[in-house]
Amino acid sequence: MIAAPQPVNADYRLPLHRRRKLINLIALALSLAAMTFGLVWLVWILWDTLWLGMKGLSAAIFLQDTPPPNSDGGGLRNAIVGTLVMVLSATAVGTPIGILAGIYLAEYGQRGWLGSLTRFINDILLSAPSIVIGLFVYTIIVAQTRTFSAYAGVVALALIVIPVVIRTTENMLALIPNALREATFALGAPKWIMIRRVTLKAARAGVVTGVLLALARIAGETAPLLFTALSNQFFTLNMGEPMANLPVTIFKFAMSPFSNWQQMAWVGVFLITVGVLVLNIAARVLFRQKH
Amino acid sequence: MHAATSALKPGEKVKMTVRDLNFYYGKFQALKNINLEIPEKKVTAFIGPSGCGKSTLLRVFNRMFELYPDQRAEGEVNVDGDNVLTSKEDVALIRAKIGMVFQKPTPFPMSIYDNIAFGVKLFENLSKSALDDRVEWALRKGALWNEVKDKLGQSGTSLSGGQQQRLCIARGIAVRPEIILFDEPCSALDPISTAKIEELIDELKSDYTVAIVTHNMQQAARVSDYTAYMYLGDMVEFGETDQIFIKPKKKETEDYITGRFG
Repeated sequence: MIAAPQPVNADYRLPLHRRRKLINLIALALSLAAMTFGLVWLVWILWDTLWLGMKGLSAAIFLQDTPPPNSDGGGLRNAIVGTLVMVLSATAVGTPIGILAGIYLAEYGQRGWLGSLTRFINDILLSAPSIVIGLFVYTIIVAQTRTFSAYAGVVALALIVIPVVIRTTENMLALIPNALREATFALGAPKWIMIRRVTLKAARAGVVTGVLLALARIAGETAPLLFTALSNQFFTLNMGEPMANLPVTIFKFAMSPFSNWQQMAWVGVFLITVGVLVLNIAARVLFRQKH
Repeated sequence: MHAATSALKPGEKVKMTVRDLNFYYGKFQALKNINLEIPEKKVTAFIGPSGCGKSTLLRVFNRMFELYPDQRAEGEVNVDGDNVLTSKEDVALIRAKIGMVFQKPTPFPMSIYDNIAFGVKLFENLSKSALDDRVEWALRKGALWNEVKDKLGQSGTSLSGGQQQRLCIARGIAVRPEIILFDEPCSALDPISTAKIEELIDELKSDYTVAIVTHNMQQAARVSDYTAYMYLGDMVEFGETDQIFIKPKKKETEDYITGRFG
């Protein structure tokens, strides 16, 4: 028989407790320091972007096209429109593919080898450097058609959207409790109705959030466009030819010796930053409403 | 053990007959040679300690287990003479005939109205007014109408736990099944909601055959006409509820009911 432990003197716990409080304090201080370190850079970047970007902001930015080298005036209209056209087209192409593949992975391919293989490849695609995707599309489209084009740009960006949407869709559907699936089946519903009317709907906020985040991600991508859509000094809506866009324009203008171009690059950075910020906030607000 | 056959009172109509039913989770056998007759328009309760197989048995009745590839059932579950397990009928049709209410309320992510209409629309093409009537009928049957009639457009998830469970019952009734399976429907609910649902089950048996799994023996005694006591995958005793609770034939049953075991 085991003897009951002796009641402990409270003094015995006190030193231990003090030591834990001290360790807690140190850990908290270290965490705060790390957070501050990270935040300082972020705030600095945002400050520079806002300050330098706002300085060059004017109505002409939205109404005039990129100026020739070493000249005054001009705007970013062609680049803004080009970015909007390509980013939205890529999202429009990539979203349905991503959502459908995500549905497959979450609702049909949980077991089987095809699901695991797709998941594995998708993870690789998700972390593939965007310049690799740019070069890939350059090889299969630009080199074949012998022209840089907005189409190629859209394909490259869509290839970045797809894995992000697949991953979020799968994860969001996986969060839906199986009880909800069983309850739907218990009424005699076939699987596709269950997915369309119940699980996809329950996961809607998360899926839309994923799409918005993918949009935000490609909005600032430079490398894939450098090899595909390139850039264009003039305004165009013809997807078959090179199309101006903000990231490549920023790249070109920021590296130039002309002060007007440099100033305009900051405005471009400002526009992208604000756009991405708005998308991220929208995604968060949308996600919070549901959870 | 075909003794179960004689467990029903004379004159009782049989709705479901279970014969030599064995069930496996992978290699583990969870149900052992179950034989049972479930009477029509009566409430049959399944009691027994956790893991005895009572929920598993319920999930065989509507083939819910089939969603999981490593689960397997052998034997017969005859409903109106047709073996549910091997029936040529589509499983969706079987499930529409044999409804189920789960342990946790599972409202769909849609309005209260659509929660009810969803199942109805699967098999019936009703006019707007006929559908409205059906929704009201089901919600009245589910003892929920008075609480939600002014907010049918609100999300089903906005209701309280007890209301959600009654919504799920109404949703199950709305498709007009013949059998309703309840898998511990009150275990997540407070006593007032539980009382409402027990009352509801009592009313349901005038039209439906009801099978209920419960951990609560008082509940089984209150709502059921017949009770089955299960232990480790075996059907230990099945009979009229009064007999099971007052004069059980088997010592194990008596031990469990009197709380000496379990």
